Amino acid sequence: MKSVALHLGVLVLLVVAQFLLPSYHANNLSRILVLAVFAMGYNIAFGYSGLLSLGHALLFAAGMYGAGMLVHHAGTAALLALLIGTLAGGIMATLVGLLALRTAGVSFMIVTLMFAQVGFLTILYFNGVTGGDEGIALTAPERQFIGLDLTQDAPRFWVALVLFVIALAANLALVRSRFGRVMLAMRENEERSRMLGFNPYVVKLQILVISGLFSGAAGAAYALLFGYIGGSFASVQYSILPMLYVLLGGAATVLGPLLGAGLMFYLIDFASGLTSAYLMVVGAALVALVLFAPKGILGTIRERWLPWLP
Amino acid sequence: MAFGPYLLLALMEGLVKAAVLALTAVGLSLVFGVMRVVNVAHGAFFMLGAVLAYTVAQYIPGPAALGWLAALVIAPMIVAAIAAAADTLVLKRLNYDPEATIVATIGLLYILEQAALSFFGPDARPVEAPFTLRLQLPWFGFSGYKLFVILAAIAILLAVWWFMTRTRAGLVMRATQVDRQTARAFGIDVDRVYAGVFALGAALAAIAAVLLVPISQSHYLMGGDPLLLSFIVVIIGGLGSLRGTVVAALIIGISDGVISMFYSPTLAKIIATAAVAMVLVFRPQGLFGARA
Amino acid sequence: MAAVILSATGISKSFGGLCAVDGVDFALEAGEIHALIGPNGAGKTTFVSLLSGRITPDRGQITLGGEEITRLPAHQRVREGIAYTFQITSIYPGLSVFDNVALAAQAHGAKDLHAAVQAALQRVNMADLAAQQAATLSYGHQRLLEVAMGLALKPRVLILDEPTQGLASGEIAGFVALVRSLVPETTVLLIEHNMDVVMDLAQRITVLNHGQVLARGTATEIRANRAVQAAYLGVEDAEG
Ligand SMILES: Nc1ncnc2c1ncn2[C@@H]1O[C@H](COP(=O)(O)OP(=O)(O)OP(=O)(O)O)[C@@H](O)[C@H]1O
Ligand SMILES: [Mg+2]
Repeated sequence: MKSVALHLGVLVLLVVAQFLLPSYHANNLSRILVLAVFAMGYNIAFGYSGLLSLGHALLFAAGMYGAGMLVHHAGTAALLALLIGTLAGGIMATLVGLLALRTAGVSFMIVTLMFAQVGFLTILYFNGVTGGDEGIALTAPERQFIGLDLTQDAPRFWVALVLFVIALAANLALVRSRFGRVMLAMRENEERSRMLGFNPYVVKLQILVISGLFSGAAGAAYALLFGYIGGSFASVQYSILPMLYVLLGGAATVLGPLLGAGLMFYLIDFASGLTSAYLMVVGAALVALVLFAPKGILGTIRERWLPWLP
Repeated sequence: MAFGPYLLLALMEGLVKAAVLALTAVGLSLVFGVMRVVNVAHGAFFMLGAVLAYTVAQYIPGPAALGWLAALVIAPMIVAAIAAAADTLVLKRLNYDPEATIVATIGLLYILEQAALSFFGPDARPVEAPFTLRLQLPWFGFSGYKLFVILAAIAILLAVWWFMTRTRAGLVMRATQVDRQTARAFGIDVDRVYAGVFALGAALAAIAAVLLVPISQSHYLMGGDPLLLSFIVVIIGGLGSLRGTVVAALIIGISDGVISMFYSPTLAKIIATAAVAMVLVFRPQGLFGARA
Repeated sequence: MAAVILSATGISKSFGGLCAVDGVDFALEAGEIHALIGPNGAGKTTFVSLLSGRITPDRGQITLGGEEITRLPAHQRVREGIAYTFQITSIYPGLSVFDNVALAAQAHGAKDLHAAVQAALQRVNMADLAAQQAATLSYGHQRLLEVAMGLALKPRVLILDEPTQGLASGEIAGFVALVRSLVPETTVLLIEHNMDVVMDLAQRITVLNHGQVLARGTATEIRANRAVQAAYLGVEDAEG
């Protein structure tokens, strides 16, 4: 009960913020919501299940390019493109998982990193269709979403919010389900799980696919909402960012990804006003987090004060 | 130019790449072998070596050779000091937990790159070669400095090998590699060994970079390629095996040189990266399997 | 004679040059409590790991209920009814006691999770600890938690690898009663160093030494066996 109230409260806050904030920040809020969905997907793999991937940019990019190229080259309706983009994230996760999950730990990190790098380079290589480094700007007609004009601030926010709500509900339902418990079991003690009758390879593949669906949805939404697809979204940086959001907000917490994405977004936004070397903030944050707050903000709060926090 | 000489040129260019790569990758391999740390900031140490080489060369008056020589001594020392500090201040406090150290070295990578951007600026800067001898072959001319790079890399690799197998410090490092607990029981100061290994690994990357800058130029984002290629080399050579690393560096460097002469470098990178990922998936002990 | 539920024929496993299990023949009868004893390093854990599928044998065959399972992966053997509790406690330290047992119950497909968990916890007298985090339990309770997880799997064969190690003597009496209450629905294979427990519980005993079967028989037979006395009980006495 407490947790349902908390999440509804957060949603109300988001809606109110959208009306109160000036357009610049309201727009940032839309961006944060979509990035938070990406981070939620990352959290499902890393936070809950202990699968430390360095290649989630590939899953995000699968959604982004899946949706973006469909509306741009094939004139697909935006809603359909969003769904296909989501699926693309799941399918890409399946492909990567089938191979990468034969490894574990450090090897898994490196293999996922390398697959993502292959994806990134492939996007650059086929710059005829993907737009390569420069990317593709989606036109206004391509960004009509069931009658909503996504070039406008308000519809954009509402679509982002609906996506976020769906993701949040799915995330909550997942972690409270029996499968959610198995996810934690994978992280806590894989050998014990095997000796309880779970097939670790299959379970981890399922986790990765779910994570890929979230990431794909976020990538697809990002393309449609902000009207741009580009190679940089497939680069290593976009594998690191969701990890950073999750570490900052709190791994294995439902609201951590949103909190981390919001804080980090504004921290980078603030720093880039001061210096061109704003990525230093990202680096410093990473080092500081693993050193001093490996559980993140909500993880620490849960440990100290609110043990019921999902 | 006919195909034969063109291939020869490609091979020679590849050999230069292999030499620089071997030095860089041996540094990475050493750190992984002894400390079991995957150092994502290794490319940043390489970049730092290059950028510092430019800076040092700027401040040394007189002939180009003098500035370059000074850089060859000073840049690796500074990089080693930074690495040792990073080890003591960060990695050690993480207890070398493999996943936490990767996250931390990613952070370190960003910090170093962005620091270089702040102090050094966004432009690529050349460093003058210490000498400009040119070898005239019947078909094409070849820079004598590039040949020197190959010889220097061989000499340094031999020195590393001698250091690891013939000196007391090397023995201590290898003992720590085999078993950290036992090493500690025998009175080895494991903390110092780790700091030393991390510094040595970074210094090797920096030396490789100083050798490279007269050919290539220094830039704050130049660490990406060496990092990726070193990873590839270390994985193919077998994680932690020095001999495998050198052999793999030769193969990768030369084939990279040759392939990118004939094909798009992007395609070459795609193929190489995918192939290496497959090696890790299906043959995690590396292609050569041997452990040194 | 009761039916054989789990059997091994000529089973072997080497680690490098060391032959940890060397051509062992073994048959577990349905409904019995069977003890596996032997000095440290005799190969007991390795042998039951072969039975449970944690490691694959170099040679030999394993059957469960008459069907060959030699190549079946561990997680499927668990689903077929072989449960294993680790010699070195293996639980989910970060999860609650309830979640630990619930994972076993849901792996077995329990419909009513709460009831299944409560039932398993009650058998080990830990029902009141359900909400506690497993890492904060005492060592003895962690061992019992692992047994409860084994029970929640509702296995046909329960393999216990030195379950009383680290239990206080008061706890051991309760544990003996618990194991006795499991048969004959569940067949128990018990690795145990505590001879009182073994003699108290086991209908039959198999003695391993250097990876080979040194002797087998009832408690009385084993007690009287010269070879066992020399190789094992003698050692045990000398140590004690
Ligand atoms: N994974 C392994 N790799 C190498 N050797 C092993 C491995 N597992 C066990 N051994 C060796 O095999 C032999 C048998 O070990 P095992 O653990 O089966 O003995 P045990 O009878 O269970 O002993 P204990 O009473 O101490 O538990 C020992 O010599 C051990 O060192
Ligand atoms: Mg044992």
